[in-house]
Amino acid sequence: MTLVNILEELIYPAIDEIASTLDGPQKLLKTPETVLFGRGAILDSVALVSLIIAVEGRIAEKTGLPVTLANERAMSSKKSPFLTMQTFAKYIAQVLLEAENE
Amino acid sequence: MSERPPLVTLITGSRKGIGRHLAEHYVRSGHVVIGVSRSPADWSLSGYEHIAADVSDEAAVLRLFGHIRKKFGGLSHLINNAGVASMNHTLTTPLQSVRKVFDTNVVGTFLFCREAAKLMKPSHFGRIVNLATVATPLKLEGEAVYAASKAAVVTLTHIMAKEFAPFGITVNALGPTPTDTDLIRAVSEEKLKALLGKQAIPRMARLEDISNAVDFFLKPESEFITGQVLYLGGV
Repeated sequence: MTLVNILEELIYPAIDEIASTLDGPQKLLKTPETVLFGRGAILDSVALVSLIIAVEGRIAEKTGLPVTLANERAMSSKKSPFLTMQTFAKYIAQVLLEAENE
Repeated sequence: MSERPPLVTLITGSRKGIGRHLAEHYVRSGHVVIGVSRSPADWSLSGYEHIAADVSDEAAVLRLFGHIRKKFGGLSHLINNAGVASMNHTLTTPLQSVRKVFDTNVVGTFLFCREAAKLMKPSHFGRIVNLATVATPLKLEGEAVYAASKAAVVTLTHIMAKEFAPFGITVNALGPTPTDTDLIRAVSEEKLKALLGKQAIPRMARLEDISNAVDFFLKPESEFITGQVLYLGGV
């Protein structure tokens, strides 16, 4: 999958799914630069967990690959792959490539 | 009118003993039951599917949950029953036994809870029941490793109950007294008598005592019951 595919087919729909569960009507900004983690993040910690799980679910449905995005490497990385939608998409592309080659 | 989808119940350690009883009990109650154990089951039942997997092998666990997602689209209940005991004095307990007990009882419970919650979250409903033991509150000599592993299961239960509450998932634990299963076959009659004497009701647990308590945790009406540990027999 290309980065654009990952953003549009995995991350953005998952963001809409999360937005629908938040209190009150909320529209979460969906751009590659949108910050997901740390200062200026659009999500709190529980919503970020929900996003990661929702994307994992979409990957399983689309590809049948059982991947765990919150793995050892992601959680111990100095630069979090969950920083922005763009870094998240790049990280997903890498995980998918590795899973396909396994 | 469309039929309501069946409740899907996953039970670990279902090949024999308490796990098998629970599998048969929930099939009789109309659930679709998926059972897991290291070895294939030597019995079968309509409405029951057995999968051979090591509960502490992450890759195998991910494959198992991938199969459940594909076949059923979600999961209603998880009963973490798989357990290994090591009844031995600390001074004569090999490290390998410690690792084996913690792998099955703690790592296995953790992995199944984590992956089950992911499958339960989209429907905003889920029930998780972890099997604990009275050996933990009774602080039984000769069961240091087993009791410590189940103390970890109790802590996982308390904290996961808080972490999963926003997703409509309850997490509780059930601590049976000695039950007539393979797990306690190595315990001497004298020791067993002394152990039962510490209970308010000094008898072994029946399998029905266990399924009765699990039924309570799984009920839709038990949505306000979470983070609890229920010990049988008045411990």
